[in-house]
Amino acid sequence: MNFPILSSLILLPTIGAFFLLFTRNNNKNNITVKYVALFTSLVNFFLSIYLWILFDQSTSEFQFVEDRIWIEGLINYKVGIDGISILFIILTTFITPLCIISVNNSIKDRLGEFLIAVLVMESFMIGVFCSLDLVVFYLFFEAGLIPMFLIIGIWGGSRRVYSAFKFFLFTLLGSVLMLVAIISIYWISGTTDVTQLYELGIDAKYQNLLWLAFFSSFAVKTPMWPVHTWLPDAHVEAPTAGSVLLAAILLKMAGYGFIRFSLGLFPVASEIFTPLIYTLSVIAIIFTSFIALMQEDMKKLIAYSSVAHMGFVTLGIFTIQQQGLEGSILQMISHGLVAAALFLCVGVVYDRMHSRLIDSYGGIVSIIPKYSVLFMLFTLAALGLPGTSGFVGEFLILMGAFKDNFLVAVIASLGVIIGAAYMLWLYKRVVFGKLINSDLKKMVDLNKSELFILSCLAIPILFFGFFPDVLINTIEVSISDLIRVYNLNIMSN
Amino acid sequence: MTNLELVFPEIFLALSIMFLLILGVFKKDSSKLIQNISLIILLSTAVITFNETIGIEEIFLFNSSIIIDYLSSFMKIITLLAAFLVLVISSNYLKTFKIFKIEYPILILSSVLGMMIMISSNDLIVFYMGLEIQSLALYVLASFNRDQLKSSEAGLKYFVLSALSSGLLLYGCSLIYGFTGSTNFIVIAEQLNPDNYSITFGIVFILVGLSFKISAVPFHMWAPDVYEGSPTSVTLFFTMVPKIAALTVFIRFLYVPFLYLIDQWQMILIFLSIASMLFGAIAAIGQTNIKRLIAYSSIGHVGYALAGLATGSNDGIQSSVIYITIYIIMNLGLFSCLLMMKRNQRYFENIDDLSGLSKNHPLLSLSLLLILFSLAGIPPLAGFFAKFYIFKSVLEQSMYFLAIVGLLSTVVAAFYYLRIIKIMYFDKEKEKYDTDHSLWLKFSLTFSTLLILMYFIFPGQLIEVISRINII
Repeated sequence: MNFPILSSLILLPTIGAFFLLFTRNNNKNNITVKYVALFTSLVNFFLSIYLWILFDQSTSEFQFVEDRIWIEGLINYKVGIDGISILFIILTTFITPLCIISVNNSIKDRLGEFLIAVLVMESFMIGVFCSLDLVVFYLFFEAGLIPMFLIIGIWGGSRRVYSAFKFFLFTLLGSVLMLVAIISIYWISGTTDVTQLYELGIDAKYQNLLWLAFFSSFAVKTPMWPVHTWLPDAHVEAPTAGSVLLAAILLKMAGYGFIRFSLGLFPVASEIFTPLIYTLSVIAIIFTSFIALMQEDMKKLIAYSSVAHMGFVTLGIFTIQQQGLEGSILQMISHGLVAAALFLCVGVVYDRMHSRLIDSYGGIVSIIPKYSVLFMLFTLAALGLPGTSGFVGEFLILMGAFKDNFLVAVIASLGVIIGAAYMLWLYKRVVFGKLINSDLKKMVDLNKSELFILSCLAIPILFFGFFPDVLINTIEVSISDLIRVYNLNIMSN
Repeated sequence: MTNLELVFPEIFLALSIMFLLILGVFKKDSSKLIQNISLIILLSTAVITFNETIGIEEIFLFNSSIIIDYLSSFMKIITLLAAFLVLVISSNYLKTFKIFKIEYPILILSSVLGMMIMISSNDLIVFYMGLEIQSLALYVLASFNRDQLKSSEAGLKYFVLSALSSGLLLYGCSLIYGFTGSTNFIVIAEQLNPDNYSITFGIVFILVGLSFKISAVPFHMWAPDVYEGSPTSVTLFFTMVPKIAALTVFIRFLYVPFLYLIDQWQMILIFLSIASMLFGAIAAIGQTNIKRLIAYSSIGHVGYALAGLATGSNDGIQSSVIYITIYIIMNLGLFSCLLMMKRNQRYFENIDDLSGLSKNHPLLSLSLLLILFSLAGIPPLAGFFAKFYIFKSVLEQSMYFLAIVGLLSTVVAAFYYLRIIKIMYFDKEKEKYDTDHSLWLKFSLTFSTLLILMYFIFPGQLIEVISRINII
């Protein structure tokens, strides 16, 4: 079967966006543009599910590989997936349609252009997860800045300009060093093809600097402490759909990059820098959890909790244990779903009350019960209650960490407790308590589309909480192979 | 003189200029006619150049004072096409200011003639002659809107500073002549005594003169004032066309006679490059006038092109040529947008005038958005590839410092490009601009935007064309 399924996945949203460019959205409800966008993203979603069905779980080889000459003798357009990347692709194609449905209430202005930006963004994100050439990867990785900058800047809140600039410049600054590293790899190894680089390996004496260059980019994108400061700003100011994309998928690019490139290409350096990652991860987990405790803005709180969760992810990745790595990927998927759901929950009340401050709510459980139930579920998932997907990831990561470094694991476990504290406290202050603000009485419960979106997110969160095997089976072989190759490389150096 | 057909493009152009001058004197109200004839002349010169010289590997003419090779043919064609586009999109602007005169196309033609001579020069005297032909025409062009104070001031400033730099350049030439006994590049290369470092003085003086012409820091001071003061169509010409010729001379001058002295001039070039990249990026931040901002951004871009030259490798030269080619396309788009900002017979050139452009003119602002992101070097647009090739060749020579400084300054530069985008997309809209633009203006904007956007699909084509350039 030679149908270029990955390229179709990458191209389809862009083609949809191209159609949107010429769709007039004169009618009041912008029905046409929304359906075109929704249709495109749904087709993409089903295509990616089809991809998952075709996907062979028993091998760690790259599958569905397409290899075309792009610039003669310099870059090949090479895409392919293995167990690690496929889940991220499905996450992307799953979240995007939900984002598009969610714009019903939040985006009033220039809807067509917004959907174009979202679809183009989807293209780039899928591209990141399936590119097997460093230059192609960089291209997609960086190109995502353009639509996200516009999403934050045009449709964002009051401090949108500042946040958009901060987001753009922070990530660009991190990435340029990665470009230097990629070109250097080209001159050192004569290729930027990831599979060839896996076989050739990179000389150990270059690895440290190259690793640091990649790290600078991924650390900003993850984001790791202390370069996480762009994230709360970006999250707070971005429109709901933008926050969802940012939290659910954009942050995962870096985690994916750590696994695919930092571990895969520079094992020796990864071993050397593991303490650094541990330190930063633990600081992120503890420190940002405390910061989250004292936030007054709901979105900001969730943003800081994202930083803490991503701290778990980086910690899990660098344990180089089967459990740790699997846990990291599960945690990323789970965080993608949970953070998306939480931001949507905030969006729901924000659309009604136009306030994100925790103080302005309280006691809404009797007014909007459906919302409160779902919000409860997501809160519990975020703090890692057994039975939700959040638990599996965190548990596996901590298991891996205990194997590798006892002290780090203990401190990280403390982070789980603080995590529970800030999430539950948030929930208590928003949903329970006395109904002081009388404006809240006018709030209406979830409408159909909101209910649909949130249930769509709730189902996989619960499902993967009880049956994580579905995900683990997909990634298991790729991970164990990655660890095997990694250990071989460490031994031989 | 068997190979006279190789310089036929120059001869044709020179004769046409004389013909047009006579025509302009004897025929009244002939500005439109002359404009059209000039366009045809530029195109046909490009066609002649393509036909006569594109296949030639390397031929020396006139006692080896003229060289015809692939580099020269390519650069000449680019120059001619760029001049053609400048001329064709500027007519409306000139009409608005009532300076649509016969002299304008003729002056552009003469400066193009000078540039073609520069591009083909293989001798210091010939090079200087070409340089003066183009400069004299450019002085007049800068002050073409002579009723405006700023334009006259621009012309005068450009003249004084340019004359100074020409003087330095001539002094350098005389030093080199003194040390080697010849002005011919090849003879200089033969006579060169690599142990005699005093010739470095000559190189430095000539480099100073050349840096002035391409406005590399620290010899850039004229550029913002001249760019701002000149009529916009002339600024467009300034930012694109003379840079091609000057870059070619840079390549020839450094790589033909003085290749073996690379350790002498490499440091100078690295300095020029780093200073231009950083200064261009930082100084552009505070600007409010778009033309001034473009001046600083062009200083920055010249820095990147010079980074390619500093490598001392054929790859570096090729990447510089690719860079300047893509830069010209981006600049064309940028100025097309600028020329579209017209309302009630007035052109607007402040950044604030772009405010909310995206609501009133969605397609125009989308094009401008793409052009600006491309100038900032964000993938997958053409500007990224231009920078990618540069840094690829820079890193091949393990010049990590240059590469890292260059890439960091792209981040700084991204800031001011983003600022324009912010004003276009995030701010409140103002009054609409006119939409009755000439067909050519629309064409040049669409053409450049599509090239920028679609470049990533076939990036190999341009490389293939340029990979024939072989200097070392």
